[in-house]
Amino acid sequence: MPALVTRDEAARHAAKLKALWETSPGLKGWLATVDHKELGKRYLITAFVFLLLGGLEAAVMRWQLMQPDMHVLTPEAYAQLFTMHGITMIFLYAFPVLTGFSVYLWPLLLGCRDLAFPRLNAFTYWIFLFSGLLFYASFAAGWAPNNGWYNYVPYASQPYNPGPNIDVYAMAMILLGISTTGAAINFIVTLVRLRAPGMSINRIPILVWGTITAAMGNLFAVPAVSLAFALLWFDRQFNTHFYDVSQGGQPLLWQHLFWMFGHPWVYAIVLPAMGIVSDGIPIFCRRPLVGYSAVVLSTIATMVLGFGVWVHHMFATGIPMTAASFFSSASFIIVIPSAVAVFAWIATVWTGRPQFTAPFLFFAGFVLLFVIGGVSGFMTAAVPLDWQLTHTYFVVGHIHYVIIGINVFPVIAGVHLWFPKMTGRMMSEKLGKWSFWVMFVGFNLGFFPMHIVGLQGMPRRIYTYAADTGWGGTNLVITLGSYLFAAGVLLFLSNVVWSRWRGRPAGPNPWDGPTLEWSVSSPPPAYNFAVIPVVASRHPLWDGRLREEAVASSLDEGYLLAKERETLGTTPVDAEPDAILRMPRESLMPLLVSLALLVVFLGFSIHGVSALACWVLAGLGGAGTLACGIAWLWPHRYMVQTLDEDAP
Amino acid sequence: MNQAVDEFRELPVGSKGRRSSGWWGMVALVASEAAVFGYLLFSYYYLMAHSLHVWPLGGPPTLRLSAPGTLVLLAGSFVMYWGERGIKQGANGRLIAGLAISIVLAALFILLELWEWHDKGATPSTDVYSSSYFIITGFHLAHLAVGMVMLAVALVWACLGYFGPRRHSAVTIAGLYWHFVTVVWLAVFFTFFIVPRLSP
Repeated sequence: MPALVTRDEAARHAAKLKALWETSPGLKGWLATVDHKELGKRYLITAFVFLLLGGLEAAVMRWQLMQPDMHVLTPEAYAQLFTMHGITMIFLYAFPVLTGFSVYLWPLLLGCRDLAFPRLNAFTYWIFLFSGLLFYASFAAGWAPNNGWYNYVPYASQPYNPGPNIDVYAMAMILLGISTTGAAINFIVTLVRLRAPGMSINRIPILVWGTITAAMGNLFAVPAVSLAFALLWFDRQFNTHFYDVSQGGQPLLWQHLFWMFGHPWVYAIVLPAMGIVSDGIPIFCRRPLVGYSAVVLSTIATMVLGFGVWVHHMFATGIPMTAASFFSSASFIIVIPSAVAVFAWIATVWTGRPQFTAPFLFFAGFVLLFVIGGVSGFMTAAVPLDWQLTHTYFVVGHIHYVIIGINVFPVIAGVHLWFPKMTGRMMSEKLGKWSFWVMFVGFNLGFFPMHIVGLQGMPRRIYTYAADTGWGGTNLVITLGSYLFAAGVLLFLSNVVWSRWRGRPAGPNPWDGPTLEWSVSSPPPAYNFAVIPVVASRHPLWDGRLREEAVASSLDEGYLLAKERETLGTTPVDAEPDAILRMPRESLMPLLVSLALLVVFLGFSIHGVSALACWVLAGLGGAGTLACGIAWLWPHRYMVQTLDEDAP
Repeated sequence: MNQAVDEFRELPVGSKGRRSSGWWGMVALVASEAAVFGYLLFSYYYLMAHSLHVWPLGGPPTLRLSAPGTLVLLAGSFVMYWGERGIKQGANGRLIAGLAISIVLAALFILLELWEWHDKGATPSTDVYSSSYFIITGFHLAHLAVGMVMLAVALVWACLGYFGPRRHSAVTIAGLYWHFVTVVWLAVFFTFFIVPRLSP
């Protein structure tokens, strides 16, 4: 049994802990690192690069649509652009950016030294990066997906779309699904095993609840889309008939499988962001969140209900009216948990002492955009109205209010909030407020009129339109507004770059936040916590001032655990100490397995171009995956995975 | 000091028995894989429900090879369980025997399955029923192959003497996947070979 030590005593072991946990210098360390802080930052930066690429694609499209009869782009180029825009934003930005926050923050929020599977964490990052590269390599080759991000058959079928475009989409999505599933498993096991002692399930930060709910959702939703794409690939390359109506197949099967995934995914890309809001607003209102339990339960309820509403994307497909009514009502019911969260945020602001900092502005702006996006969603959930609105620009307006409003705004607030923790420097408040107002005004100016032009009948996904439609004026406003929004994003990015080098030093807890990440230095040491903290409330750093807390958390005395890379395993519900976990050192195997898998999936993507090249690549990649995978999992003495060195 | 840690208890170091992180990870992976098969079988029943023809054309598939195959696979799972129980009591030889016999039984199942494919008189592109038959049983075969690799690696580790009564989480984890592949086969078997016999 390890003894409890104080932080001061532990300071004497700091050099040893640092040597144990720090990533080795140089290129090898960079490629082999398993440090969640390093990987979290990589997730965030990579996702922001994809955000910029998706933004560029949108800017080109909005140029084309600014006025009637513009022909900057050919129809095929426009099809690839809008498909890649959707894929980039929904799959390569919106979810990975939230994974980045969670990968960086979870161990710090939970009081442990890494995620449960550090090498899996590196693996899921590399796979995410490589699937993005596969998408963009195909773009460079002119083979990018060109059928919209939800890729309906039969246009996605071989006879109507013979190029490798759709095969690339299928394989890159399955590859990305491996990353998403791996990350979900990592979060689930981390939550079950690695919480600080005393962090029972009613003391977990809401960001963690949001991420775990998304992870549980993804665990069951991602298989649907991976399978949908696998069956599509078999239909295209091996002449099976799953979606082929002439041989008894069902085109609607694609839509079912896609939306069984697609709708839970919507919640996967918003619930962790709502968690950022629920943990962020209290810091800037100087009080705990109102209705913690209600918000947690509504988070979970949203995801559970989210599995029962996929058909509301298919109201216009001729499904029976009974089914449509059922899924319409299920969609209405989701309003209830969403409203619970909104009222909890409003009550927290109302009863708190709001500080109008830059991150607070983004949080507050989010609440308004969430309500607008929720109301337009409520409208499309009604069957008769949906028949009118489906495939119009109204839906484009709705999806952007949902994704930019509920994802981008909280993400930018989150960057402002945790930038000091990640870099040790504050972001410029002045520039932050400017970027908020430019983004907020630009966003509403650009995206609200989309609802109007949609009601006037403008379809989505058209590459140009005639002058006599009368949509030219509104489209000009949309384009100018969205460019203003983009300028706000650039202002924010310049703030990030400027503050990274010139920002004011932050100190451990610049916002006076209540959760564990603020108890360590900024940036945190490689081992996160010198001693594993013991938690007695939801707000360990505010224990002294909140009257309701009878027992104070212990941040200055705890387990040292410095024999190897070690952290404390606790029980799933009550978080009582259960085991001392040995964590892996850095390893190149996650990168090598990812590269080998990339070769496999690259091969499968080009089966239609050259079957021989496909099987050669798949064989080589498969052998590499097997060899490096076995090397990865080979038992190590230092992790006590073999008999010969039993527990000391 | 807080209540959560004040009692003096012996804490094990590293993975011990079922309390390993890897076991939890495999539980989550199996849940996700079960969803894959859930969606596959959903697709099958969806296509069946919308079929305009007799399903399958020419009556239910024969049990001549699939029924013995199912018994072989079930036997493999039981043998694996027997081997797992062995290492818990420190009998490494029993574990080695359990792993080796399970791998052989799985290979036998694969042979029977491929024989059945050969005798089918259809290909994945014949019609939508044969598409689903070959793809779903093929998905299962792929999972079985992955399970065989896991067992083979565990066999090598067992021969190297890595496991004992306290340290054998790799065996428990591989075993969990192995039993999952067997249980999934029962669902696939029921769907393809029993359900068509139940319809009037």
